Amino acid sequence: MKSRIQFHLVHVMALCAVLGLLVVGAISLAGTGLAQSKSPANTFNRLLKSPTTAKNAPPAEDGVHDPQNPGTTMLQWPSEAFTEFDKSSDGNQVDWMSILRAGKISPWFEFESQTTEPFLFDLVIVREVKGSMPNVVFPHEAHTQWLDCSNCHDEIFIPEKGANQISMAAILLGQKCGVCHGRVAFPVTDCRRCHAQPKTPEELRALAEKSNWAKTSNTSTDQTAAPDKK
Amino acid sequence: MLGRRTIVRLSLVVAYVLIAVLCVTSLFNDNEAKAEYGDVVINNYSDAAGMRPVVFPHWFHRIRFRCKVCHADLGFKFKAGGNDINMLKIFDGQFCGRCHNNSIAWGVENCVLCHSGVPNMKTRVHNSTSDRLVAPVAK
Ligand code: HEC
Ligand code: HEC
Ligand code: HEC
Ligand code: HEC
Ligand code: HEC
Ligand code: HEC
Repeated sequence: MKSRIQFHLVHVMALCAVLGLLVVGAISLAGTGLAQSKSPANTFNRLLKSPTTAKNAPPAEDGVHDPQNPGTTMLQWPSEAFTEFDKSSDGNQVDWMSILRAGKISPWFEFESQTTEPFLFDLVIVREVKGSMPNVVFPHEAHTQWLDCSNCHDEIFIPEKGANQISMAAILLGQKCGVCHGRVAFPVTDCRRCHAQPKTPEELRALAEKSNWAKTSNTSTDQTAAPDKK
Repeated sequence: MLGRRTIVRLSLVVAYVLIAVLCVTSLFNDNEAKAEYGDVVINNYSDAAGMRPVVFPHWFHRIRFRCKVCHADLGFKFKAGGNDINMLKIFDGQFCGRCHNNSIAWGVENCVLCHSGVPNMKTRVHNSTSDRLVAPVAK
């Protein structure tokens, strides 16, 4: 009798488990299929890739490491290594420059010697940018914290101010600054870290005056430069 | 009596299998976005030789070494798959073998720590800005 009750209990529990699973399955299906459940053609984020990115995922869940591989669970989780680090909003979610400057990491600069100090070069190059975007500030100092002159000169950049043609298209294709930025150094989405020197009000006004908009609109040029000032 | 018991057992087994399947599918959902930024998969030879592709984590190494160490002192070119690395060279102390020699870091006999990738992945750096572009770049 007792064993019979126990048996029924097990049966009920098993049923509950299966029902629960069906519910969970339905919810997760609904979750992934929610966008499609209305009309697949007219959704938000039709093209946007993965708006909900898992950040610093553990190796076994990052889609690159094979969870079946016996070594995978021994690898470090990025989030464990990064707990004390200053955050940034993209890439590794780490501000590598500020943790280096704060001494939170002290990576070797030379293979033969752990104690060699980096050879820093304090030359800032400002690149004037076409249009309204702030000018690009290239700091040699920050780069020589990590890199050798030979990493950039002469293969990526001729060492002469203005001698190199650089454009956003080239960078997005992985050339020029895009050899590193967008792959290992902070990503291209972080516009303001490169475009760091805003145009002066005069420059912006001159830009507006030259525009087709200024030519075709009836307002005076003064108003076009600062439309909200009457 | 015994028959019903087996049914219960079976349904439990089914339940666990379902749980496993759900977990696995949730793992493989939207993989690319989850790869750590800068992880390089190297697979010029591995798949063909029956090994999992190699995954090289930039974030882990740059905590310990500046870019210069590998890309100037040790001569790694800035190109995923562009260094024609193989096991003989590593074993002879080149490339990864300059450090993975049981002196600076654990040695080459720990195959599964490097050959840890999902089979058949292409050689490339992961989660790059280019990967995440919605539209192609026009000049
Ligand atoms: C400049 C030296 C150096 C070079 C070159 C190097 N590594 Fe490493 N690597 C290290 C050190 C140091 C560690 C940490 C060892 C430890 O934790 O005991 C490490 C750890 C690792 C780890 C484990 C990370 C973790 O989660 O614990 C992997 C995987 C790895 N290296 C792969 C590679 C591969 C693949 C190459 C070649 C393409 C390579 N390494 C080249 C120094 C190097
Ligand atoms: C991350 C890449 C990078 C590194 C590393 C680098 N440079 Fe440069 N360098 C540049 C860029 C970009 C320019 C600007 C080129 C331009 O405006 O067309 C430049 C310009 C120069 C110029 C020309 C300055 C002028 O006024 O004409 C010199 C000289 C120079 N670099 C020397 C060095 C030296 C020495 C080192 C090592 C200590 C070094 N660079 C490291 C990217 C780099
Ligand atoms: C050879 C690799 C390489 C190239 C090429 C390169 N960078 Fe960098 N850059 C780095 C690294 C590494 C850092 C350190 C920060 C990081 O990794 O996120 C950095 C940091 C920076 C910073 C941040 C400095 C700070 O103090 O926060 C700026 C700005 C920058 N780069 C602009 C540029 C521009 C503009 C170009 C092209 C003219 C360029 N970089 C080309 C590797 C590179
Ligand atoms: C790694 C540094 C870097 C980052 C990050 C970056 N830019 Fe640029 N950008 C440049 C450089 C260098 C130029 C070329 C300046 C010149 O003409 O010399 C440029 C040029 C431009 C131009 C002028 C058109 C052209 O192609 O020359 C625009 C507009 C622009 N960037 C917008 C952006 C926007 C928007 C973002 C963020 C999504 C961004 N940039 C991120 C470095 C960067
Ligand atoms: C430090 C990292 C590392 C370790 C440890 C390691 N490998 Fe490799 N291995 C590589 C890299 C990098 C390549 C080149 C990958 C490619 O292009 O496919 C490679 C390539 C290979 C290849 C194909 C090319 C060739 O040389 O035949 C085989 C087979 C291989 N490894 C087997 C092994 C075995 C077996 C072990 C353990 C005894 C091992 N590896 C340990 C990094 C490593
Ligand atoms: C421990 C060694 C090591 C360190 C340190 C290191 N790298 Fe690398 N890097 C590699 C290896 C290995 C590859 C892949 C080469 C291959 O596949 O043959 C690579 C590839 C690259 C690539 C090519 C990616 C592509 O587009 O194909 C870039 C860019 C790069 N590294 C930048 C950097 C920067 C910037 C730093 C410093 C912040 C850095 N690396 C630090 C070992 C290192």
